[in-house]
Amino acid sequence: MLEIKNLHVELEEEGKQILKGVDLTVDAGKVHAIMGPNGSGKSTLSYVLSGRDGYKVTQGSASLLGEDLLEMEPEERAAAGMFLAFQYPVEIPGVGNMTFLRTAVNSQRKARGEEEMSATDFLKSVRAKAKSLKIDADMLKRPVNVGFSGGEKKRNEILQMAMLEPKLCILDETDSGLDVDAMKLVSEGVNALRDADRGFLVITHYQRLLDHIKPDVVHIMANGRMVTSGGPELALEVEKNGYADILKETA
Amino acid sequence: MALPKYKADATQERLSHVSRPVGGFSEVARRDALSRVENLGLPTRRDEYWKYTRPESLVEVEVPPAALFVSDEAPVFSDLECLKIVFVDGVFDADASDDLDLEGIEIHRLADAPDVLWARDIYGVLETRGQTPVARPLASLNTACATDGVLIRVTQTPRKPISLIYRHVSEISDAMLHHCIKVEPQASVTILETGTASARLNVCMEVEVAANAQCNHVRMQGRDHERRTVSHIFARLCEASTFKTFTLTANGALTRNEVVVELTGDNGVAHVAGACLGDGAFHHDDTVFITHDAENCESRQVFKKVLRNGAVGVFQGKILVKAGAQKTDGYQISQSLLLDDDSQFLAKPELEIYADDVICSHGSTSGAIDETALFYLRARGIDRGTATDLMTIAFVAEAVAEVEDVALQDEITDLVDNWLMRRREP
Ligand SMILES: Nc1ncnc2c1ncn2[C@@H]1O[C@H](COP(=O)(O)OP(=O)(O)O)[C@@H](O)[C@H]1O
Ligand SMILES: [Mg+2]
Repeated sequence: MLEIKNLHVELEEEGKQILKGVDLTVDAGKVHAIMGPNGSGKSTLSYVLSGRDGYKVTQGSASLLGEDLLEMEPEERAAAGMFLAFQYPVEIPGVGNMTFLRTAVNSQRKARGEEEMSATDFLKSVRAKAKSLKIDADMLKRPVNVGFSGGEKKRNEILQMAMLEPKLCILDETDSGLDVDAMKLVSEGVNALRDADRGFLVITHYQRLLDHIKPDVVHIMANGRMVTSGGPELALEVEKNGYADILKETA
Repeated sequence: MALPKYKADATQERLSHVSRPVGGFSEVARRDALSRVENLGLPTRRDEYWKYTRPESLVEVEVPPAALFVSDEAPVFSDLECLKIVFVDGVFDADASDDLDLEGIEIHRLADAPDVLWARDIYGVLETRGQTPVARPLASLNTACATDGVLIRVTQTPRKPISLIYRHVSEISDAMLHHCIKVEPQASVTILETGTASARLNVCMEVEVAANAQCNHVRMQGRDHERRTVSHIFARLCEASTFKTFTLTANGALTRNEVVVELTGDNGVAHVAGACLGDGAFHHDDTVFITHDAENCESRQVFKKVLRNGAVGVFQGKILVKAGAQKTDGYQISQSLLLDDDSQFLAKPELEIYADDVICSHGSTSGAIDETALFYLRARGIDRGTATDLMTIAFVAEAVAEVEDVALQDEITDLVDNWLMRRREP
């Protein structure tokens, strides 16, 4: 479903190279985890895949369900099924969470040539999904992420994911800043979306998230490329010994 | 002090071409106003108070023509139940207006008003008070020459708002309207003002709000692209009274809106707000002067400007807290959203405080759309145009929220929406 080949990316302004040949394939129905030291380029990869400005692809390719991602605007990628749960969800003063969600859902439907969701269906759906994530009516009414705690922001990301039903979900350190209860809520939200047609890319520092969201494949990323891949046991090894040994072995 | 020659000449030139009404209750007030104009001189670009806005086209004899604006949209507020008072090219239109008859209210047309004492105490009086410390000669010109307008006295809260509706059918009309509003103790009134009165408009509104009374003013300045407007609101607030004014301005070649508020009784509340949407040849100036001359009063100024394609926004806002005006709560914010690099926002916020126990704050910002937020919205599938509009509406919303009535708020938001929609790239 997601096919990344030899992807090289540099910062547009400074010309500094961040991704140095990333190869990654995620098949539908699978959960891939990416772990790696800070600064290895995990967030950069997620931004490049979702279309943020400021990066220049100098080599390589990335496609989703056969479509060239790098040619598309961010909104086109979203309509094609790409979703990024941000490491740092953005506050948007004055734009109500509900208005935002509804505009997003219907924009994507329109772009795909589908019928828009009616106001009542939308409300029903949001309420049910918000409830299971313990997002109260007040949070839905407030401006997007404004005044939300760290945990609330992350749950709000998962709510958006649940409403948008994407094909490929990238979660960038969704577990950071979450307490045990919030981690459970978020994981349940993610697991509820696991489906034979949907792929996941879970970026995390910690094994503990992977106890809840069981990955099929674990990749270790360092210095702008994937250095090794393996099964869930690779995450356990990182948890026990850190990255040093793995990086030494692959150097 | 004698006026410089260029100023005296320009003033005489204009005065010699303007017709002045004769007789009526305001005869003396008009004569006084005329000598104020002669003493002050009409504004020129060299005046400090007109540093950011060129007054020539508001002063010169010749009216710059304004093409008539055609739209098939229903006029704003047309669904609202109100008492309608219609002016066409600055002339009262009795046929198009409702009967000037509403319980709790006394309304006269300025042009044939009887000699009522309450109006004598307002007409030109509040304008005169508003001439210090800064001269506003175009308001004196208005007092001297205005040919039409209304005098409204509210003794009891009426069951519906009063709606002043402006239309124009001439491309070179040059109107001067003058309204006086007096809200008696305990009463409350909403005044709406909508549309384009003329190619060039000089409108002056004097408002006196008595103790425990309230006046809400909501204005929608006409969408004609080439119209030019200078407006003055002079409001005097007595004890525990409230005055709230909000203006939405979309389009217009030149708009200078001055609001002068004097809080003269304890516990008064004055809110002055506005939002403007400018695209291209658009120059919009909000000039506000609020004087706190009593204790425990609150004043708020909230202005938002959305500018694109070379549009220019100006804000000059001052809070003056006089000695003895303790417990003053003064707030002022003026912000612009520049949708491209060609547009400009010029702001001059000022505080002058002579009392020690006050809270006053002011802020002014100018910026582009937040790219991080824009990306966040786009990453959720919302296209760039819609995302920009969402954030623009959110930006303007803080000013629109100053309007008390939710139905009016919704109408204003719809107007903002439509304005943005019309500018969407296909
Ligand atoms: N906009 C940027 N400006 C400057 N440096 C950046 C920018 N984005 C990323 N970097 C740099 O790129 C590298 C990778 O960062 P990032 O993708 O955030 O890593 P990770 O998410 O794995 O911690 C880091 O060295 C970081 O400092
Ligand atoms: Mg990161």
